Amino acid sequence: MPGKKAHKTIQEINRKIKEGKVVVVTADEMTEIVKRKGPERAAREVDVVTTGTFSPMCSSGAFINFGHAKPAIKAAKVWLNEVPAYAGLGAVDIYIGATEPREDDPLNRVHPGQFPYGGGHVIEDLVAGKRVELRATAYGTDCYPNKGIKKKVKLEELPYAMLLNPRNAYQNYNCAINLSQNIIYTYMGVLKPQGGNVNYATSGQLSPLLNDPYYLTIGMGTRIFLGGGKGHVIGPGTQHNPHAPRGKNGVPIQPAGTLMVMGDLKAMNPRWLAGVSMLGYGCSLAVGIGIPIPVLNPDIARFTGVSDEEIFTQIIDYGSDYPKGQARPLGKVSYAELKSGSIRFNGQDIPSVPLSSYVRALEIANILKEWIQSGEFLLSEAVEPLPGPKPK
Amino acid sequence: MYSKIISLRFPKDIADQPVVVNLVKKFDLTFNILKAVIYPRKEGFLVMELTGERKDFQRGIRYLKSLGIKVESVAQDIKRDEERCFHCGACTAVCITGALYIKRPEMEVVFNSDKCSACELCVAVCPAQAMSVKFNKALI
Repeated sequence: MPGKKAHKTIQEINRKIKEGKVVVVTADEMTEIVKRKGPERAAREVDVVTTGTFSPMCSSGAFINFGHAKPAIKAAKVWLNEVPAYAGLGAVDIYIGATEPREDDPLNRVHPGQFPYGGGHVIEDLVAGKRVELRATAYGTDCYPNKGIKKKVKLEELPYAMLLNPRNAYQNYNCAINLSQNIIYTYMGVLKPQGGNVNYATSGQLSPLLNDPYYLTIGMGTRIFLGGGKGHVIGPGTQHNPHAPRGKNGVPIQPAGTLMVMGDLKAMNPRWLAGVSMLGYGCSLAVGIGIPIPVLNPDIARFTGVSDEEIFTQIIDYGSDYPKGQARPLGKVSYAELKSGSIRFNGQDIPSVPLSSYVRALEIANILKEWIQSGEFLLSEAVEPLPGPKPK
Repeated sequence: MYSKIISLRFPKDIADQPVVVNLVKKFDLTFNILKAVIYPRKEGFLVMELTGERKDFQRGIRYLKSLGIKVESVAQDIKRDEERCFHCGACTAVCITGALYIKRPEMEVVFNSDKCSACELCVAVCPAQAMSVKFNKALI
């Protein structure tokens, strides 16, 4: 009987949001609900599941238009607080990338480098309302004669500032180990020699794409929580790989899908966009993302009900294999085991260390839940799906 | 048994005298030196873990202070900026004393300053730059 099966549309859910009748739960809560009631009943009772993640995401940055100067300038090179921005765009358009260090940073010449300030910190400072020094040089043209400017800029005074991250919210990521004899400093944090620790970097059962493994609802145009404001998924991110191996539940066991996201920087908050420094590696930006998943049918309820016990990732050696470009899985581990604080590997207990903040991820999922419940956040229909495999 | 990590700042006139040994001889305390520096102006700086009966410990501290030595709990020396810390957990990979640990199931990173040995590993490792040394690092 069609009436028995819970099938909804996004329009119906939005109507419920406007009427204040929507039922929203976090992905954590949904795991329990599906376990207790099964996907059929969960799909009837729950309208939206909110997810969240807060983690360093290197492929992030912002497009900024800093306004025309007098006399006019076609900026060829631009620095923000001495961090180079890409200026190979229109006259006063730039892109500031999260991992760009300050030009005078000693980098790894004294190893391990500290990378105290970079593009991610510039973005955080701007969002925090701080003044940032902008310096530009130019070769001069008939229409843009000015060869150099220096000024203090503030986010609210910039004509345009858009966060546009080419790759965020990785659907699963490696669990990193170091089997070499020396300590190493990586984008996965500090890894002690001889398998002294393993580091991992997703929020597991709270993570957006792990709750929508086949991209049934998340696609181009999906409205999301981004950096404390509202943003959108604008397409698949770089390295988006829907063909990564998957478990029986459809969840990839390797890094798979990624998202390109965009949102107005002026509406964001530094609590959800934090500059980070990875010792011996470089600078980056921790980005807060929350994505609502409409529970349109029992399949989606089942996917959003996934638990840490059912999400696996692979252990990769960053001491030797990864740097050689020959990463190969040394073993499989669940997020439940990773989150327990220690994993069993080759007959030994190894401390497991997260780099992704579960506390903040949950906070994001709860904020998004409140936004939807209060009616200030409506769901949007994807205008294009992300490239993906067909569900089994 | 009571144990605490403390920092001692010796004025230059006593930096060359035997002091710590008296904590053993006079007050029945044991110590484990974690860091010792003599600065260019001859002031001394020492970080150690001091262990013994609580009463003896307090008498020992009074003795140190009577010599003009500035005694501080090291726990106060490593600070966490609660606003900046976003509870990722990266610091727990390097914290040797377990002062930084993850409270489960909340996954909140807790800083128990009583256990901190001020080794400063977390200061360099923290991606958010939330951990800092309170005293003037330039002097060390």
